[in-house]
Amino acid sequence: MNFLLPTFTLWQREMVRFFRQKNRIIGALATPLVFWVLIGSGMGKSFRPPGDETTSALSYMYPGIMVMIILFTAIFATISVIEDRREGFLQSVLSSPAPRESIVFGKILGGSSIALVQALVFLVFAPLAGFTITLTSFIPLLVVLFLLGFGLTGLGFVMAWQMDSTQGFHAIMNLFLMPMWLLSGSFFPVSGAPAWLQFVMMANPLTYGLRALRRVLESGSVGFFNSTMDLGFTFLFSVLIFILGLWVVRKRTVIS
Amino acid sequence: MSSEDFINIKCLGYRYGDHTALDDFNLSIGKGEIFGFLGPNGSGKTTLFRIMATLLPIQKGKITVDGYSLNETPNEVRKRIGVVFQSPSLDGKLTVRENLIHQGHLYGFRGEKLKSRIAELIQQFQIEERLGDLVENLSGGLKRRVEIAKGLLHRPEILLLDEPSTGLDPAVRLQLWKLLADLNRSEETTILVTSHILEEMENCDILAILDRGKRVALDSPERLKNQVGGEVLTIETSEPLRLAENLQNKFQLGLFQDGNELRIETREGVLLMQKIHESFSDQLSTIRLSKPTLGDVFLKLTGHNFGSVS
Repeated sequence: MNFLLPTFTLWQREMVRFFRQKNRIIGALATPLVFWVLIGSGMGKSFRPPGDETTSALSYMYPGIMVMIILFTAIFATISVIEDRREGFLQSVLSSPAPRESIVFGKILGGSSIALVQALVFLVFAPLAGFTITLTSFIPLLVVLFLLGFGLTGLGFVMAWQMDSTQGFHAIMNLFLMPMWLLSGSFFPVSGAPAWLQFVMMANPLTYGLRALRRVLESGSVGFFNSTMDLGFTFLFSVLIFILGLWVVRKRTVIS
Repeated sequence: MSSEDFINIKCLGYRYGDHTALDDFNLSIGKGEIFGFLGPNGSGKTTLFRIMATLLPIQKGKITVDGYSLNETPNEVRKRIGVVFQSPSLDGKLTVRENLIHQGHLYGFRGEKLKSRIAELIQQFQIEERLGDLVENLSGGLKRRVEIAKGLLHRPEILLLDEPSTGLDPAVRLQLWKLLADLNRSEETTILVTSHILEEMENCDILAILDRGKRVALDSPERLKNQVGGEVLTIETSEPLRLAENLQNKFQLGLFQDGNELRIETREGVLLMQKIHESFSDQLSTIRLSKPTLGDVFLKLTGHNFGSVS
């Protein structure tokens, strides 16, 4: 059985659905934007990252807010899995001979494409945070944003697949996904945190993606190659989460 | 493999925790049959449907479809079955056409081949004019038609339908069964359908009646009804226990009691009805004589009323 055709069709479905539901476009963008403007401006002069007296809070938080947009988009894109599998579109996908790899890949690819679109919309605010996007930094930026989107959509997918109710997913979101975002260096730098928290932050896969994103935004294309390790970890996380996704789909088809 | 063994279910068992949904279930289904699974809620038919649709793993036993093992080669089975789900598997945010295209892609259909197959289906199911409409704007009957068209897109040899009449009004239900009969005749599609609606299952060639995870009967609807002797007297009364005792003492009858209802199988219905009416008219609310229904068959086989199980 062909892998590409089912993958393409499932990806396309995600995209078409997304652009037809205007409230989703706003939902995933507006909240982070409000957070950014209010917290970033509100902190004003009371926040200075250690060792860097010139960066404003608005500027420091910008990459983190971008990750938050990706996170929210990933959650929106994967929460539908819970109901879709029991009584919806996914039933017929699962009973079709489409390879399970393409079911997982199509869904995650769809979610990460949407996340990429949302993040690019947010890019118009980059000058407000003091970042200039150049032609040479744009491609590396796309790569980082896509990898972040893939990892987070994959994570959402793996979690949603094991849930029986959307309420359970909301709990996971508040207790796990939001702290994961908070402890990625998006809100405060790793270096200023107490040792035990630093340890948690370094174990957080999102920390590396965020660091790569920050570096690309700050220093353009040259910095991109300096973040090889960060990018490598982020890529590795995406691969692992895909394998995990495949595993949960094979293990559990419907609610039993 | 003879045509009687087109689908073969052997010693199938399924448990949800402590609850046994299917217990040592055996069945053979012939090619080209319209085969019905009749049972109340909780009888195991939905579990069986999900296993057949390859959505639940086989815990115990073996199923073969057209010679292919569902346990070992589920993808071969998936290519041969079309599935129509009880709760629509259509994407409401997409148009009818988009839904059909996605379905085609999932089965490896594309380009001209897919286009001409969709053109065939929309004609057969009379959905040409709604092709560009979002599925969420269609009526229940129309959605079910599109759902069936979707299940048939890859020309499966077997069509599997789970409670296809749920939520449809009687006129649409009739249409649906006509459609299934046409399909069975023109394409020799084997049709497997589950239902808890007794009347519509009369349309099946063969019926398996399920109760509490077990197969309690397997035959044509006609022959099943013939198992119930002659006619059925149904009595409604406010004092079922007292009346039942009275009837047993006076006429030595075998009868079933369910709530305020007493049922008696009899070969001399009119005469017995007169006699009961003469002796106990003060205890009767209504009394009626009818041909046996599949509900009577179920009652006779299981000892409980079809509607009262849940």
